[in-house]
Order: sequence, then C-alpha cells, then structure tokens
Amino acid sequence: MKFDKEFDASGMSCPLPIVKTKKALADMESGQVLRVIATDCGAVKDMQAFADQTGHTLLSNTEEGGKYVFMMKKK
Amino acid sequence: MTTKKMAIIATKGTLDMAYPPFILASTAAALGYDVQIFFTFYGLQLLKKDLSDVKISPLANPAMPMPIPMPVMVQMLPGMESMATMMMKQKLAKHGVASLEELRDLCLEADVKFVACQMTVDLFEMDKREFIDNVEYGGASMFFGFAGETDICLFV
Repeated sequence: MKFDKEFDASGMSCPLPIVKTKKALADMESGQVLRVIATDCGAVKDMQAFADQTGHTLLSNTEEGGKYVFMMKKK
Repeated sequence: MTTKKMAIIATKGTLDMAYPPFILASTAAALGYDVQIFFTFYGLQLLKKDLSDVKISPLANPAMPMPIPMPVMVQMLPGMESMATMMMKQKLAKHGVASLEELRDLCLEADVKFVACQMTVDLFEMDKREFIDNVEYGGASMFFGFAGETDICLFV
C-alpha cells in the first residue's frame, strides 16, 4: 500500500506510539497516509481507539515479522 | 463536535506515581482533549526543572516487584532508595517507557495546562524559580472553573 510518511515506533511503550503518531500526523495533509511501525502489542488496540476518537481512518493493521504495521489516513 | 475535557489532580511526588498523570494527560491531548493538571502537595515536585529528587522507595511498598525478596530492615538502609530508583529507571528505559522529562515535555507541546497549588507553594516555602516556566499558580476555585466542565476528572 502507498503511503506518504512513515513513523517507526519500534521499542516504544505506551503512550509514546500514540502521542508521537499524533505528532507525525500534524504536518500532513488531509487524505495522506501515515505508515506506523510498532513493537508494543498494546498499540494494536490503542491505534484503533485513537482512530475512532480522532476521526482518522485506520486503513489496515497487519503483523510483519513480529512488528505491527498500521496505515493511518489523516482526516 | 465540542472538544472533550479532562482534569487531573496530581498529589504524589514519587517516581511511580508521577507517571499516571503525565501518561494520561499526553494521551488525552493526542486524542484531542483539552487537558489541565492541578499539582498539589507532593505533586508539585513534578513541576521542578530538575526531577532528580523524584524517587521510588521500596519501603511501605510491598507491591513493588523486587529481583530478590528484601526484608524491611534492609530496605531502610541508607542508599536503598537511590538504588531502587536507579533500578526502576533502568527498567523503564529498557522497556521503552519515556522518561518523566520527556512525557512532561510532550504534555507541554500538546498544550496541556499545568496549574500549581499556590497554597502548597507557600506551605512548603517552595522557590518558584525551581519550577519550569509553563506553570500557572492558582487555588481550588480556579481548578473547579475548569474541572466543572470536564468529561473526565481524576485524582492521582
């Protein structure tokens, strides 16, 4: 899947993946896609909850080689 | 959609209890909440520029996981508090948990408002110059002005 920007949150624990995803989205345009990589398994539910509460769209949520990869479309 | 609001009262000044206010505040801000933290009593330690006095003690803290069982008589020996603090900080870093300084900076960056209890400052004769700059000083009424309108209000 195509994306416009990537944020690697590998090794970070709650709440950093969410707080820094929010920061990474800040300078992006509406409709652009941010790819987030995380190793914290708590991020799986947190990223969905973040999307639900902020209006951004979580396009996909996959596991690749022990890492979690999220595609977040900015509202 | 109206902006949701959260208020937290932070009353503790130990390393373990310093985390919840900053974690919850930075997360809520990331979710779009308007957040205010009211620091009172020992919570004021969390506003100091230098956070090295924020420590954890194994004493009277039986729930704290220890690598080896440690009798209370040993826990009270000089240096044990510093050792426990060092071990806890290493553990936090190893697990990718942000330092208090980083979380506090993330809160400020996200416009979380910090209010320090003026009464506590006077009571403990604290020097305001020791605090970070982005702090407002106020009392309980000021806190209620914001807290009365919140969706979530927590006492830590």
